[in-house]
Amino acid sequence: MDTFVQQLINGLTIGFIYALIALGYTMVYGILRLINFAHGDIYMVGAFSGYFLAYQLGLASEPSLLGLGAVLIGAMIMAAIVGMTIERFAYRPLRKYARMTTLIAAIGVSLFIEYLFVARFGNAPRSFPQLLKLPGWLPQALQPDQNGNYRLFGRATISIVQMLIIFVSILLMLILQWIIYRTKLGTAMRAVSFNLNSAKLMGINTDMIIAFTFALGSSLAAAGGVLTAQYNPTIYPLMGIITGLKAFVAAVLGGIGNIPGAVLGGLLIGMAETFVVGYGQNIGIPSTYRDAVAFSILILVLLFRPAGLLGSTVQEKV
Amino acid sequence: MQRILVALGLMATLVLGLACERRGGGAASDTGPIKIGVYADLTGQTSSFGQSTKNGIQMAADEINKAGGINGRQIQLVVEDDQGLPAQAATVVTKLINQDKVHAVLGEVASSNSLAAAPKAQEAKIPMITPSSTNPKVTQVGDYIFRVCFIDPFQGEVMAKFAINTLKAKTAAVLTDVNSDYSRGLDQFFTEKFTKMGGRIVERQSYTQTDQDFSGQLTAIRSANPDVIYVPGYYGQVGVIAKQAKQLGIKAPLLGGDGWDAPQLFQLGGDALNGSYFSNHYSYEDPRPEVKTFVDAYRARYNVIPDAIAALAYDAMKVLADSIRRAGSTDGQKLRDAIAQTTNYPGVTGTISINAERNAVKPATVFELQSGKYVFKENIYPEGMTPPSTTASPTSSNANTAATNANSGNASTANTNAASTANTANTANR
Repeated sequence: MDTFVQQLINGLTIGFIYALIALGYTMVYGILRLINFAHGDIYMVGAFSGYFLAYQLGLASEPSLLGLGAVLIGAMIMAAIVGMTIERFAYRPLRKYARMTTLIAAIGVSLFIEYLFVARFGNAPRSFPQLLKLPGWLPQALQPDQNGNYRLFGRATISIVQMLIIFVSILLMLILQWIIYRTKLGTAMRAVSFNLNSAKLMGINTDMIIAFTFALGSSLAAAGGVLTAQYNPTIYPLMGIITGLKAFVAAVLGGIGNIPGAVLGGLLIGMAETFVVGYGQNIGIPSTYRDAVAFSILILVLLFRPAGLLGSTVQEKV
Repeated sequence: MQRILVALGLMATLVLGLACERRGGGAASDTGPIKIGVYADLTGQTSSFGQSTKNGIQMAADEINKAGGINGRQIQLVVEDDQGLPAQAATVVTKLINQDKVHAVLGEVASSNSLAAAPKAQEAKIPMITPSSTNPKVTQVGDYIFRVCFIDPFQGEVMAKFAINTLKAKTAAVLTDVNSDYSRGLDQFFTEKFTKMGGRIVERQSYTQTDQDFSGQLTAIRSANPDVIYVPGYYGQVGVIAKQAKQLGIKAPLLGGDGWDAPQLFQLGGDALNGSYFSNHYSYEDPRPEVKTFVDAYRARYNVIPDAIAALAYDAMKVLADSIRRAGSTDGQKLRDAIAQTTNYPGVTGTISINAERNAVKPATVFELQSGKYVFKENIYPEGMTPPSTTASPTSSNANTAATNANSGNASTANTNAASTANTANTANR
């Protein structure tokens, strides 16, 4: 039982990371019907921004909750800028052409970012500094043990980093929900997503809204990057490829263009992976198959619900 | 369209013509500089290995050139980056052979890369020495492929013996890097020996180098409760695995092979690595004069302590140079024969003799990791090799290190233990 709970927590943790990245895919798709293949690399850019910020601000040597917050927000801002730049110079000039053109441009941007970073920083893994440390004035009962764990029951534990990932992810998702449904910008985003040309006729500055969507998605991916780096401190320029792909699968699984769907898809993929590793062997599936199983789930879901789990079956506008 | 085709055809003829012409020019001329091709991962996931390899080879070549070269000819190195990708390794070795006309090739560290490149050298009948690829399949590619390190069956066995004899382990879990020939080879030989010696493998898990999270595998391993966990991977993942294992409260020691040997291991794993063990090719604290001279020169030049990869690269270059000298020629066939005849070459990583399978027969050293340092545990000897206690120098000095280190640890029992392990290993093999 404690092993089951442990695997559940492990699965939730990576699930939330996938969900954060999947949100960016789904928002951009919702607005532009574009699959932004460079999004996985934005996640990497976020992790690298956090890495350099942590060293520049001298936070690598003295971890604190405040420092982690600063790095997280700093990385989110940097990634937002990168995201908007990509949109402005690679996608906006192509928007008037066929959708396929932008899609190919996205693949180009993705490769460009990856190999720019390889050329600049090398592909060797770097060690991301551990930034999380609870303030010392907290009572002993709230402090984790020396391995950074809280004991739940039996041998089941939740580490402070896992709690951080889950907590920050939920917080960011709530903020996103508030922006989309409670602010003017969000209303405009929904309008653009509904119909770009009508929104423009209603006097909405669509270019600005699209740029804002890219900024939002990119900052969520960057948050995912920094949080992952707290969990697994290796960062390298090609780290966004597989993770980005899985997050994309998560977005499709949940129904691309649908925001709760992206979260649901991310959590499902994360859990599926972890449980294949943890229990696959009992039914004859070695842990090597974890990605194969995750992708098989996608195929199955799409066979029965082509629009994804929560996707609406709206006719594609041509 | 037609014009383009004609132009393309012309270009192809030109290129082919040039290539043929260059091929005609004596590749195996016995005058002028000796060109040696080096391919290594200089920018990829295991770039620490590549950089060490390059440094070791460069230093050896400079020493030889300073002393007047080989038979009056200078060594000229041609270094290529393969980015740690097998396909790229094959491409750059083809380039080294066909375009740069090298007389011999040195590289790689990762067995998957050496395996991809070796057939190219074999086809062209250009001798290749890999400094540190330990998978047995590498030298099986053909009779032009050699190595100056031990092989995985031995390395896997060493850890199995160490786990059972020294750590008194009865159960083990294995966590392998499933895309790596090196890791799967070590897993196979460790498992065979461990079960043969009466141990039991209680859990088997795997990962790939692109994985971001290992806690699923580690939680499964934790619930199996093994005495030791064998992780025959590369440092990039091992550091993180150690960290996440500690976070999950796993107390069983991690065991590994020479793929752990890189300064980055500690940057990634930190104190979580304390109490882990791994097998390696040499100890930089070994008091043998060859080791001391090498370590001092390397530190003076690069300002770091040389890892085993650098020492093996240095040895590979020196063995190659020695063979060229004995062959008196850089002709592929003659050079191959000379390398095959290498016996008792006094290398930094031990006395190197090339056997009939073109592998070097050498002992392995087991280290314990303690707060960023390698602490010598014991030397384990291969089949038929005499342990140092019965022979004179240079190997006897190895035993001295063992003795001093064991004394600093838990008294003289450890020392006798180490010696007896070596002896049992020896007798068992006869």
